[in-house]
Amino acid sequence: MLWWMPESVSTYGGDMDALFSLIFTIVSVAFVLTYGAIIYALCRYRRSRQPRARYLPATRLRQYGWILGLALIVLVFDIAIDHHGASIWAQMKTTMPPANVQVRVAAKQFKWEVVYPGPDGVFETGDDAQTDGELHVPVDQVVHVTLTSKDVIHSFFVPAFRLKQDAMPGRSIPLWFQATKAGEYPWPCAELCGFGHTGMQGKVVVHTAADYAAWQQKR
Amino acid sequence: MHGTAQSDIHPAPSSFLRRCVFSTDHKVIGRQYLGIALAWALLGGLTALLIRWQLAWPGTPLPGSDLLSADFWEGESWLARSLAHGSIESEFYNKLFTMHGTIMVFFVAMPLLLGAFGNFLVPLMVGARDMAFPRLNMLSVWTLVVASIVMLVSIFVPGGAASAGWTAYPPLSTVAQYNSPNWGQNLWLLAVAIEFASFLMGGVNLLTTVINLRAPGMTYFRLPIVVWFQGIAAILFMFSVGPLIAGAVMMLLDRLVGTGFYTPSMGGEPLVWQHLFWFFGHPEVYVIMLPGLGLALDVFAVFCRKPLYGYRVIIWASIVAGALSFIVWAHHMYLSGMDPRLAMPFSITTILISVPFAVMMFAMIATLWGASITFATPMLLALGTLLIFLLGGLTGIFLGSAPMDIYLHDTHFVVGHFHYTLFSAVFFGGFAGIYYWFPKMFGRLLDERLGKIHFWLTFIFFNAVFLPMHVVGLSGMIRRIGDPTLYAFLKPWQPANVFITVCAIFLTVGQLVFVVNFFWSRMFGQRASDNPWQSTTLEWGTSSPPPHHNYDTLPVVVRGPYEYSVPDSPQDYLPQAQAVVAGPTGRA
Repeated sequence: MLWWMPESVSTYGGDMDALFSLIFTIVSVAFVLTYGAIIYALCRYRRSRQPRARYLPATRLRQYGWILGLALIVLVFDIAIDHHGASIWAQMKTTMPPANVQVRVAAKQFKWEVVYPGPDGVFETGDDAQTDGELHVPVDQVVHVTLTSKDVIHSFFVPAFRLKQDAMPGRSIPLWFQATKAGEYPWPCAELCGFGHTGMQGKVVVHTAADYAAWQQKR
Repeated sequence: MHGTAQSDIHPAPSSFLRRCVFSTDHKVIGRQYLGIALAWALLGGLTALLIRWQLAWPGTPLPGSDLLSADFWEGESWLARSLAHGSIESEFYNKLFTMHGTIMVFFVAMPLLLGAFGNFLVPLMVGARDMAFPRLNMLSVWTLVVASIVMLVSIFVPGGAASAGWTAYPPLSTVAQYNSPNWGQNLWLLAVAIEFASFLMGGVNLLTTVINLRAPGMTYFRLPIVVWFQGIAAILFMFSVGPLIAGAVMMLLDRLVGTGFYTPSMGGEPLVWQHLFWFFGHPEVYVIMLPGLGLALDVFAVFCRKPLYGYRVIIWASIVAGALSFIVWAHHMYLSGMDPRLAMPFSITTILISVPFAVMMFAMIATLWGASITFATPMLLALGTLLIFLLGGLTGIFLGSAPMDIYLHDTHFVVGHFHYTLFSAVFFGGFAGIYYWFPKMFGRLLDERLGKIHFWLTFIFFNAVFLPMHVVGLSGMIRRIGDPTLYAFLKPWQPANVFITVCAIFLTVGQLVFVVNFFWSRMFGQRASDNPWQSTTLEWGTSSPPPHHNYDTLPVVVRGPYEYSVPDSPQDYLPQAQAVVAGPTGRA
C-alpha cells in the first residue's frame, strides 16, 4: 500500500498515489467478494453436505445472463479506472508545463551524464556544465529533461517522483517533473542495459532556492 | 468392419525404436513432450533458485562451492569461468534470468500444455485414432528435441549463454560491443526459431485433427473445453508468430551480417523489435494460459459432479479474449519511447480484457454453486489455478492502467503479477492435468497422499514467494538487478528478499514430492480402471492406457461433454458416447 512506496515528492506523485488507492480499493472489494464466494461454496457444497449436485448447465441467456451483468459491472469499473488515469497520463507524459530549468540527461553503460546549459541558459556553449550520476535541480520549479541514450536502452526512474521513462538510442525524449521537497533521491536505471545494469544508479539532488544558487555559484 | 480387428488395420509397431522413440502414435508423442517439459522444468527451477540465492545473499558463494578446490576455481572449466569462486556475478546473473524466462515460456509451458496435453488428449477427446498427420507430429517433437539441444549448446559456447533478457531488446542483443555473449545469443535465436517451427507444425496438426477427425456426433459444441482452448491457442499462435519470425530474422542478420535493422546509427529502429516481439508476446501469454485453464475447467466439472456453468459463454469469452490479445501488445511499451498518445488506447483495450476473463472466472465460481465437491488432488490443483489466476488478474488491473504502470513498470510488482497468471496456468493447471490424466497416460494412479502434500506445499509456498514480491516491487525494487543491497533505498527490504528466497527453496522441495510420486506411481502405483474418476468425456470410454488405435469401435457421440448429475438418470454421469459403453469397451 502507500506506506510501502517511498514518500512522494513531486507535484503529480500525489495523483498517482490516489490512483493507486482507487485501484487498490476496487481490486480489494473484488478480491473479498470472489474469494468469499469461492470459500463459501467450498464449505457449503462439499460432497458430505451436498451428496448430489444440482444440474445447472446454464445454456440459455436467461440463465447465464447474470454473469454478463456482473461482467458489465467489471467493465464500468474498468472504464472508471482508465477515465481517472487518462488525465494523470496526460499530465505526466503528453503535456509539458513551461520550463523553469532545462537539463539534458544522456544514459550510457553504466551511468547517467547530466548536462546543464550554464549561466547563459543555452546548451552547447562554452559554459555548459556536466555532472555524472547526479542531477541537481531546484525545489518547486518545473524541470524539463531531454533524455537520450548513447548506447543501449536504459530507463530513467526516480521512485520518489513516481517518474519513469525509457531512454532510447537515436531519440530525444522529453520529460518533466517538479519536486516539492528538498533532499536526495535515488535514481536507478530500470531497464536491463548489460552486465553493469546492477548498480547503475545516481541520485537526484533537490536543492532549496538558496542552496541551488549556491551550488550554481560553485560550478 | 466385417469383424476385422482394428489392431490389424492399424497395427502397433513391433520394434522398440518405432514403438517408443520414433513413434507416430500421438499418445507416445504426448508422453515424450511431457518428458521434455519436465526435464526442462528442473533446469528452469534451478535457474530460479540461483536467481533467488543471489537476491537474498548477493555475492555469497553457493552452498557446496567450498567443496571444490581453489585450483578448480582458478581453472578454465565452464563452471569456474561462470562463477567467481562459487559466487554469482552480474554477468552470470543476467544469463540466469534470461535462460529462466526462455526455458519456462518456450521449453516448459508450451511443451507441457500444448505438446503433452494437446497431443495426448485431443485425438482421444474428439474420438480419433491419431492426429491428422502422425508423421508431421513425430517431426514436431523431434524438431523440439533439436531446438532443445541447440539451446543447451548455447549455454556452453565461449562467451556463455544469452544475457539480454528473454525479450532480447536491441541494441543490447544485437551490437557486439554492448554485451559479451556472441554465439550464445545467436544460438539462442536459432533455438527459439526452431522451437517456433516445431509448434507451428504442431498447431496445424492439432487444428486439422479437430476440424476433420471428430467422431460421428461430435459437434463443435460437444467438444470438451480442453479441445476448444487448445484449438484457440493454436490459432492465436499461428497468427502471432509470423511477425516475430520476421523480427528474429532481422535480428539474426543484424548480428551476423551487420544489417543494422535495429541500430539507429545505421538508420535502424530498436522499437520495431519491441512491437514485433510483443505483437507475438501478448497472444503468446494466452497460448499458454488458455490450455492451462482448459485443463482446470475440465477437472472442475468432474469433481463438482456438475456441468460447467455456461459452457458456451466460456467458449465465447475465450474467443473474445483471444481476439483482444492482438490489440493490447503496446501495454508492454507504455514507457518505451513510442508516441505517448498511444498509451491510453492500449490501456483501454488491456483493461477490457478483464471482461472476458471475469466471465470465465464467474462461470467457474458458478460451477461450484450447488455442486457436490470432492477434494481429490486434481480438484485441489484446479482450485489453486482459479484462486491464483484470479489474484493475478486483479494485480493486472494496476499494470494495465498506463499512468500506474509508470511507477510499477520493470519492478518486482510485475514479476509477482505474471508469475500469478502464468504459474497458475502452467503449473497448477498442468499439475491438475497430470494428476487427473496420469491413469489414462500410464494405467496407474498417482498417489493421493503425496499428491495432497505436493499441493499444499506448492500452494502455500507459491503465495509466500510471490505475494511479498508485489510489496518489494511497490517499494521500488527494479527487475533484473542482481544485488539489491547496492541500493540504499532497498536495504530496508532485504529481509523480505531473504524471506522470499527461503520460501522459494521450500517451493522447490515441494516439487521433489511430485518427482518421487511420479516415478514411484509410474512403477508401483495402484492400477487404474478405465474410468477411475467416473468422467463423461470420450477418453474414459477406452482402456487405461488406450490401445495403439485408441478405440476398437469408433465412439458415436450423443451428448455434450459435461453431463453430470442429470436428473432422473441412474448414475450421476452420462458418458458422451453411450454406444461405446453399451458395447465392448475396446480391450482386445
